[in-house]
Parts: sequence; C-alpha cells; structure tokens
Amino acid sequence: MSIKGKAYIGGVFEHPIRLATDQSTAQLHAECAKGALEDAGLTKDDIDGYFCAGDAPGFGAMSMADYMGLKLRHMDSTETGGSSYVLHVGHAAEAIAAGKCSVALITLAGRPRSMRPGGGGGGRPGAAPSDVPEAGFESIYGGSTHNTYGMCAMRHMYEYGTTSEQLAWIKVAASHHAQWNEHAMLRDVVTVEDVLNSPLIADPLHRLDCCVVSDGGGAVIVVSPEIAKSLKRPLVKVIGSAEAPKGPNGGRNLDLTFSGAAWTGPPAFAEAGITPQDIKYASIYDSFTITVLMQLEDLGFCKKGEGGKFVADGNLISGVGKLPFNTDGGGLCNNHPTNRGGITKVIEAVRQLRGEAHPKVQVPGCDLALAHGTGGSLGTRHGAATLIMERE
Amino acid sequence: MTDTTATAPQVRKIPAPAINNESKPFWEAAKEGRFLIKRCVACNEPHWYPRVLCPFCFGETKWEESPGEGVIYTYSVMHRTPTGPYAIGYVTLNEGPAVLTNFVDCDLSALKIGQKVKVKFQETEGGPPVPVFSPV
Repeated sequence: MSIKGKAYIGGVFEHPIRLATDQSTAQLHAECAKGALEDAGLTKDDIDGYFCAGDAPGFGAMSMADYMGLKLRHMDSTETGGSSYVLHVGHAAEAIAAGKCSVALITLAGRPRSMRPGGGGGGRPGAAPSDVPEAGFESIYGGSTHNTYGMCAMRHMYEYGTTSEQLAWIKVAASHHAQWNEHAMLRDVVTVEDVLNSPLIADPLHRLDCCVVSDGGGAVIVVSPEIAKSLKRPLVKVIGSAEAPKGPNGGRNLDLTFSGAAWTGPPAFAEAGITPQDIKYASIYDSFTITVLMQLEDLGFCKKGEGGKFVADGNLISGVGKLPFNTDGGGLCNNHPTNRGGITKVIEAVRQLRGEAHPKVQVPGCDLALAHGTGGSLGTRHGAATLIMERE
Repeated sequence: MTDTTATAPQVRKIPAPAINNESKPFWEAAKEGRFLIKRCVACNEPHWYPRVLCPFCFGETKWEESPGEGVIYTYSVMHRTPTGPYAIGYVTLNEGPAVLTNFVDCDLSALKIGQKVKVKFQETEGGPPVPVFSPV
C-alpha cells in the first residue's frame, strides 16, 4: 500500500515566540495546536489522531492528549529527535489511509533557551542511564551536537575536499531568506567571510555554521482527502515518505560522510513517482551547515562529494539559485524550536506549496516540495525522514 | 594510568562510565589496563561497542584482548568548553571496528585523519578508567 494521495496537510502553525520565559511547555503545545486548527478551519473536537515526540511533556502521547482534552482513536509518539515530525506526517498519512483516524494533529514545543542553565556549553549533562546500551562507551567522551557533527564535516572535507567556504554559503543563503522573516532570530544578511570569522566552536564548524537555540514550537494537521476538500485552504497532498535510522553499525565500515537520507530519499521519490530534479523547493534540516550539505547529496540533488560545489555561489537562495531551500531562514537563522527543527521544515514547505511564503522568497509555481529531517546526531546515531508533497 | 594533570592545567574530567551487566567484564579488564573487544564465535566478526549477541548475525560473542592500535578515522576539537579544548573522534582499530574516543596527551592542533594511535586508560571521576587514544 502506498500513502500517495491518501492524506493532505490541512493546517500548519509556527509559534512566533522565540524566548518563552513566561510560558509552560504544555501551554506552547496547546497554542500551536490551536493555531494549526485555526489555519485549517477545524475545531479541537475534529481531532481523532495525535502525534508527538520526546519534547512533549509527560508520558508519551497521554499527558498532552489529556492536557489538551483530545478524544483520540489513534496515537503515536515515535521519537527520532528533530526528524520526528517529518516522520509523523508519513505515519499520519498511513493511519489515515488505514482508516485509523481522519484528522491527525502533530505538535512540537519546548523551551531550551529559557530553561538552559547558564546558557553555555554544548555537552550533555552527566552519563546516561546505564541501560542505554551505548552510554558507557560514548557519553563519557564529551560528545555534543557540535563536535559530533564536526566529526562528519572533518571526514567529508578529508574525502571530498569540501571547504569551510562552501559550508559557509549554506548559512549565507539562510540569512538571505531570514532577512524577510519578522520572527527570525537572526535577520542580518551574512557573508562567507562573516561565517569564517566567527569563533571556532568544534573543528571545523564555526559559530555561524550552527543553528540557533530557540524556544517555541509548531503544529501540523494531516487530514483525509474528503476533509481536505471540505476546507477552504489550498490543497497540499502527501505523495511520498520514508524513514530510517542510521548508527555506527557495530563499528563496521563506519562512514560518516553520508546520512540516513541516502536510504530515505530513493524510496520517498519512488513512492511520489518523481525525481529530485522535479522538486521546486526543499526544506532541508539545518542543525549545522554540514547537515544540509550531506543531505542534499544523499537525497540526490547532486552527486556524492559534490555538495560543496552545489551549495556555493548562492545556489540555495530563492530567486538566485537552482534549489531554493529553507526560505523561512531555517534553523540556521529563524527558529530551531526545542532543538528540533522537523516541524518548521514541514511548515515552510507547506507555505511554499500554498503560495503563502514571504513574497520575497516565494518560489513561483511551486507545485512539488520536499521536507527532510535528521534527528539525533549525524556523528553517532540519527533518524532520517523524507516527506514529499504536491500542490493539487 | 595516565597522569593528565601534569600535561595541562585544565583538563576535562571524564565522568564515571555507566556500567551494566553486559558491559561489566570490559570495565573489570579496564581496571587492569587491558582493552577488550568482542568477536562473534559464529561469523568471526569483531564489533564495537561490546554486545552479548553479534550485531551482524545474532551469534554468541566472546571477549578478546586487543592491543588497541589503529588510525584516526575522524576527529573534532571542541573549543567552546569551560575546561579547555578536548578532542573527540573515532579510531578504526586494526581489527576493524571503529571506536568513539578522546585523543589525549598530544598537540590537539596537530591531529590528522589517518594518524596511527594506541589506546591508554584515563582516570574517571569515581569509576573505572576509560579507553582513550594517543598518537604513537
């Protein structure tokens, strides 16, 4: 069974907040849900499926379902870090196709910016619980997102000659888009030199190679075709999805130069019946610049090892390059709510397909869009999820 | 045992590793300065980190002592840290598996992919020593 055409995106909402010192996390989830319902023209009572991940406070989907007063017949709290919400759209489409629900709500929200102690350091606190199998052999070494993604960039540079200048172009492109987003945390347009001159955080990644840390959240509502056609919104159809985990694989043939996108891109494109060259706009997970570069290669937008050349010279800038990406400014400049950027990737892709992106970055005739997420750590284990959507 | 305090004024302290029933023999050997890896008795493949069942074929595995020699697969020096820079990376052991670790007792700015390294054990905060690697 394919999910192609079995579900549509009914509503989306990105919380405008970036620093939530006066809110609770559950409250942000509910505000995002309310915003997406209003966008769709649905009410809370219409929801019969709910999807959330590790950022949802409480016990799986149960606490938030109870907090928001949802009466459900389907729930799913699959956790793959920041990619969870891209994956959830695929799962929601599957559930809708199987008749298990007809209005599926996905929420993400959190407050890492206002809750973090001291505001510094990338290291994870303490050792993980002893029954996390890899904990004793990994968490002791001070791995953080910065240096584990740094390891991937270092190896990619070694094998393919990728340069810091090329990585910097990814940030430059994101900043060109963010200047038009009134909610973006970083709205100043930056240059390659600005990125290279920013402090080195974890070799070879500079501060401006890293995404922002933001509070906030978002929500997406996935609906059945019948309900989609009853709503007064542009029709955005789900036509392909795929997911996969990737890890060090027992240490055998470790290869940190590719991501799980290499395994999720091909089946998602096959399900959609299109090729990467058909995509008009791409939301590419951008925890770091290297994340974008590797995923673009792995998804087939360019050959493996040629990502550096592909992203250079503004090729990702809307109106300038061949593949407009992250036109909201992405995680690199706009928002990376609760350190998980998957839902904003879906939301901006939907805006583009509806023609509702900022006029300065709207892709003309945007009928096919992709959203891809990488959650966890590219340098150890991560979850990949690809979603392809079509404007009907 | 390496005296890390002699080489740098501030060194990131390594927390005690989380130990469970499956990993306990590794840490008992680590206390004696021996570096163990696991090898499958069915398919003969070594792997890392150690599991009771082979991650490649689900065969039974056995411990074996490794000289802990290999080359740097990749690394990253963490600069934004209150305890001074430290290097994390993967070593590809001569037996095959890649091992996540820290590189110590060396000029961090001179680390190179492909460089030969060897295991040593570094003290932790209240736990057994953990394997780290230095250039040979």
